[in-house]
Amino acid sequence: MIAEKYIARSSAIAARLIGGEMMIMSAVDSTFFTLNEVATVIWQAADGRTPLADIVANRICPEFEIDAEQAGRDAEQFVSELSQHGILLVSETPIMPEAR
Amino acid sequence: MSLLAEMNQKALGLGIPISVHLDVTYRCNERCVHCYLDHDDHGEMTTAEIKDILNQLSDAGVFFLTLSGGEVLMRRDFFEIVEHARRLLFNVKLKTNGVMIREAEARRIRELGVEQVQISVYSHRPEIHDAITKLPGSLKRTIEAIRFLKSQGLKVVIANVLMTDNFFDNTGVMALANELEVSYTLDPTITPKMDGDTSVLALRIPGSDLKQVFRSDELVGNVEEFCAPPPAPDDDIMDGLPCSAGHTACYISPYGDVFPCVQFPLPSGNLRRQKFSDIWQNSSQLKDVRSIRARDLPTCSTCAHVGTCTRCPGLAYMEGNMRGASSADCEKSFQRTGIPSANMLSKARVVGPLIQIQAAV
Repeated sequence: MIAEKYIARSSAIAARLIGGEMMIMSAVDSTFFTLNEVATVIWQAADGRTPLADIVANRICPEFEIDAEQAGRDAEQFVSELSQHGILLVSETPIMPEAR
Repeated sequence: MSLLAEMNQKALGLGIPISVHLDVTYRCNERCVHCYLDHDDHGEMTTAEIKDILNQLSDAGVFFLTLSGGEVLMRRDFFEIVEHARRLLFNVKLKTNGVMIREAEARRIRELGVEQVQISVYSHRPEIHDAITKLPGSLKRTIEAIRFLKSQGLKVVIANVLMTDNFFDNTGVMALANELEVSYTLDPTITPKMDGDTSVLALRIPGSDLKQVFRSDELVGNVEEFCAPPPAPDDDIMDGLPCSAGHTACYISPYGDVFPCVQFPLPSGNLRRQKFSDIWQNSSQLKDVRSIRARDLPTCSTCAHVGTCTRCPGLAYMEGNMRGASSADCEKSFQRTGIPSANMLSKARVVGPLIQIQAAV
């Protein structure tokens, strides 16, 4: 079960979808990331308003036929990693655009 | 392979222009003696036209966007352009002389999330730098700009173009970069003007000086490795691409002209008449550039340096044939390894007398 958590993309990044994979570079420390298709869907859905649990339940599980519990754990880990680099913002309340 | 190299490979396979260099103006507040541009405004693109092009580049998959000139800050709408580019999530690099960057501009550049600012410095001595830029006080202003940008936490790179006028100052510029805690790059390449005028080539440093540069471990890293004889060419080398120009990268002028690279003035389309995707996918010139493999180069395919030479197809084009040799790169390969290129050897043969007659004794 995923705790209520909202995620939003930081504005301090560069990003582009290349052949189904999201390519991201932090404008702060130039760290470079590529996201696989599943992570790309989470990234694109990170609008600051949709709870992470809803993203996993409504976008990831049906689209990729992944077990809900496993998908939840993977999503939590992915969000934790990206937030440590400051390219994804995480909050227990919705994140307003001006906070990014 | 690094993640970035993997993405470049992927972009190449998918035909995506991952890097674009856009000159927003050719106007400049400096008049550098080696500059290849005409600084008059012949009708540069409007703010709306540039924003529309940025939208098209984003749709085409462009990730790395270099904004350069001329001097980028000569455009009053410069920050509006950068703001639009960043809204589209480009990785933005700026090339500037820094003269117009004060504290407020440095702060704005940082707020907009620009990844890197490259600044030209020709010498650590004002009398040399300012003589090259022909703008009195320019070195002082440029160094101040670097300090402003650094104080904002921005990544700054000093670009040191090496020519006859500043050859002895590269160690001084490197020391300045260390003092300012910024990166340093050196480039001994002087290119002909965009209109084909080659008079500026007289500023190229002679081969013997180039050799000295290539023997500096501070500049090239491991000298032994850098100057090692080239390996024997294999099929991978002969099927290799010359560079990214026209494959995953291209250049756009302030007038909307598209070229394979800033150093490759082969007109390939104009964005005032065509969409970017149309030019990128259908330009016969870009298709021609993309068709070239090392084995197709009449002289260079027979050269010992074919696998390691930095041959620039743009410089070769400016010499008259994009499949030909680039003499400046032949000289670099020769000075690096001591082995003459196939192009140098063929010229040496032609230069010799066709008939030698010895008078009877």
